[in-house]
Amino acid sequence: MTALDKSIEKTEVKEGVDQETVDAVAAVSTYKYGWETEVETEYAPMGLNEDIVRLISDKNEEPEWMTEWRLQAFERWLTKEEPDWAMVDYPKIDFQKQYYYARPKSMEVKPKSLDEVDPALLATYEKLGIPLKEQMILAGVEGAEDAAPAEGRTSDRKVAVDAVFDSVSVGTTFQKELKKAGVIFCSISEAIREHPELVKKYLGSVVPVNDNFYATLNSAVFSDGSFVYVPPGVRCPMELSTYFRINAENTGQFERTLIIADKGSYVSYLEGCTAPKRDTAQLHAAVVEIIVEEDAEVKYSTVQNWYPGDENGKGGIYNFVTKRADCRGDRAKVMWTQVETGSAVTWKYPSCILRGDDSQGEFYSIAIANNYQQADTGTKMIHLGKNTKSRIVSKGISAGHAQNTYRGLVSMHPKATHARNYTQCDSLLIGDKCGAHTVPYIEVKNNTARVEHEATTSKVDDDQLFYCRSRGMDEEEAVALVVNGFCKEVLQALPMEFAMEAQALVAISLEGSVG
Amino acid sequence: MALPKVKQTATEERLAAMSLPEAPGWTGPARDAAVARVGAMGLPGRRDEYWKFTRPDTLVQAEAPRAATFEGGDEAPTFDGIDRLKVVFVDGVFDEAASDDLALEGLKIERLAEAQKSDLHWARDVYGRLEERGQSPVDRPLAALNTAFATDGILIHVSGKVTKPVHFVYHHKSETSDAMLHHCVKLEEGAELTVLESGPAAARFNNVMEVEVADTARFAHIRTQGRDHERRAATHIFTRLGTESTFKSFTMTANGVMTRNECVIELTGDDAVAHVAGAALGDGDFHHDDTVFITHDAVNCESRQVFKKVLRNGATGVFQGKILVKAGAQKTDGYQISQSLLLDGDSQFLAKPELEIYADDVACSHGSTSGAIDETALFYLRSRGVPTQQATDLLTLAFLAEAVDEIDDEALREEIVDRLRGWLERRRG
Repeated sequence: MTALDKSIEKTEVKEGVDQETVDAVAAVSTYKYGWETEVETEYAPMGLNEDIVRLISDKNEEPEWMTEWRLQAFERWLTKEEPDWAMVDYPKIDFQKQYYYARPKSMEVKPKSLDEVDPALLATYEKLGIPLKEQMILAGVEGAEDAAPAEGRTSDRKVAVDAVFDSVSVGTTFQKELKKAGVIFCSISEAIREHPELVKKYLGSVVPVNDNFYATLNSAVFSDGSFVYVPPGVRCPMELSTYFRINAENTGQFERTLIIADKGSYVSYLEGCTAPKRDTAQLHAAVVEIIVEEDAEVKYSTVQNWYPGDENGKGGIYNFVTKRADCRGDRAKVMWTQVETGSAVTWKYPSCILRGDDSQGEFYSIAIANNYQQADTGTKMIHLGKNTKSRIVSKGISAGHAQNTYRGLVSMHPKATHARNYTQCDSLLIGDKCGAHTVPYIEVKNNTARVEHEATTSKVDDDQLFYCRSRGMDEEEAVALVVNGFCKEVLQALPMEFAMEAQALVAISLEGSVG
Repeated sequence: MALPKVKQTATEERLAAMSLPEAPGWTGPARDAAVARVGAMGLPGRRDEYWKFTRPDTLVQAEAPRAATFEGGDEAPTFDGIDRLKVVFVDGVFDEAASDDLALEGLKIERLAEAQKSDLHWARDVYGRLEERGQSPVDRPLAALNTAFATDGILIHVSGKVTKPVHFVYHHKSETSDAMLHHCVKLEEGAELTVLESGPAAARFNNVMEVEVADTARFAHIRTQGRDHERRAATHIFTRLGTESTFKSFTMTANGVMTRNECVIELTGDDAVAHVAGAALGDGDFHHDDTVFITHDAVNCESRQVFKKVLRNGATGVFQGKILVKAGAQKTDGYQISQSLLLDGDSQFLAKPELEIYADDVACSHGSTSGAIDETALFYLRSRGVPTQQATDLLTLAFLAEAVDEIDDEALREEIVDRLRGWLERRRG
């Protein structure tokens, strides 16, 4: 038994919190991805200045306009202050004591195909359960048979993967097959070279360069990431996925993802991430921009499993991420699903700008924090268009000495007539040394808009409750059944590829939870 | 940490315009400490997170903005039908002629301006003390400013069960008045008291009430903030509750261009109960902010926040509520609801209902909703022959009922319902 398990074992469990939940939290808190790949790595000089920005741009063989864009971002970043409003506490980051670029030596000459990629790198992904060989299907779905498969999904379907290792993309699978459908899926550095017109048009249009401290930093120094363009009317033939791996020490990872779903298209995108166990904290500041045009739909799912630090809070990833989707067209739809189990400190608010009339945003989140982890996460739903709808379901679970905060904004602008929002956020505390916090902001500027925020388990659907009770259940049983069913519903929103993680989490019940 | 320049300047300007009483007596040390606190915190600025939804400018600036007085209309003065001890202030100045004798069985009541002439006083343990405790974790500089410069106020020491309420009546007669009153109430073990407050008080009113509630004591507070449309107010209530004690406060606000009501409650004794409720009615140029901070620091305490706002013609309603459950405050029962009814498209509701919980055996819940009148309910009433306007009023009163029901005393509750009904009737058509 690891020390992690013991720390939970010792915790006196209150009535109403079942042991299965406690065990499941302990299980997901045992870090399985803490090993390191031994590859020769070349670094940019330590620290951050204009030269480093130029160097990154140069390494990616970027055109002049991109370098300029980065330099402008860097200039802005110098004038910005680190935000301190989140309920997280960590030692001040010395931005000059980081490497901003690290790549395996073998990637110096960009491999033309996966066959040329260093076997050590391929082995790394294999070990993580992400074989990059195209003929293989994505692993990690073993045992998935037990979890109810989502409708119409078979276990032999393909998933295209863009694998990012430290600062570079190692390779992207199934590119050809995707190309046939008209879908562009490649690393962002490749997109800047090959599809400058698309990148120029959309990069920074959802998360402006000046958005916030970390987004601005990312704009200056992002090294790689993924790019997706789905043309009008195309239903992307397979799931797209990016797997981020931090391997090098003292290195920040700054990836940038840009997804464009053109009119009437559909894409489901998965993101996974891990890092080795180290004693010093490492910085990860990503930006994800999603553009959803008329009638298009994007599903973005994340299982965030960065190294959370050890049981004494030593080491771990500082995960400062800006994710935002812009529903530009009418009836556009975006769905964020996240399972947050990793990172020492999380600062992340995947948001939706609901600009088009009848557009929809959904946010499903389960955040589990253990030991000394701190998570400050939530979403923003900005309703600008008519009849826009949003739904927020957030479950936070704290154990050990962890602090878990839901922070969210629901904003109904004056023109958002008949907009609807429903928010539910529940938290569960396991042990008396952790904390659970809720910081929702609600701004309603239109009287036909309806906003409902609730945070109680007793406020489950009355009809469902009535049904259960009419079948002879007592109130408590009925509530438990409905809430548990609800939690599973959130997990089932996750694509099959995350079935393993999801399975472990299904055992978590939210009985005895507090608002 | 140094204050931002803008804040520094604003604070200095305001402090320069204030003057400490010549003979502060036992309040002297508390006032000096409060001046230092204001200097260190700085007065609220537009960029402060705690003032995100409310612009503090007019509450901070050195000179109070002019505010027309209101001639009362045909409505009877508030709480007139209630048997009570009346203490009258006109623009923050005590009006002896209009007030009752300051004497009532079961309590000792004095004016701050008189009492501070002595060197020793029971209120020394209350004055500025609860306010100072309430400065953490969030700064409340306007309250510290009040502790430093309050010109008068009422000090009540309650030793028994007082049957008659004490009523602070605040008249507003000068268009430029800038009043600052500071009240202290100390309830001994098992004591009971109800305090009523009514009226607009001044063009700008800064009011602080510190209430120390000992074990098993009960304190009730009912307030109406007057109908003067242009007045501004920043009020604070600080209270600390002992074992099995009870604190209940209800505020009705109709009109006022700017109102910020802060209530800071600390439950320090086991099994204590604290309820805060508010009904706000806003029409037109109206900004109303309820900011509540409840700290649970004992076992098995109950807290309840119920705030309802009816808004129209561009009125703004704000709610910032927080329940902080400290480690060890097990068996806490915290409830918080904030709701707004937007009667037209111009009004807005801004809310931040927060929970911060460090104990694992608690039940805390919060809810917040905003929307228009329920069309189905309206249709039902109309199908039963109730005219639209009347049906709307009926539904509005029903919406406010949960907050008004927090008033235990039936006569006082009826009085408040009458005033709410009056407001709706005046604003028909």
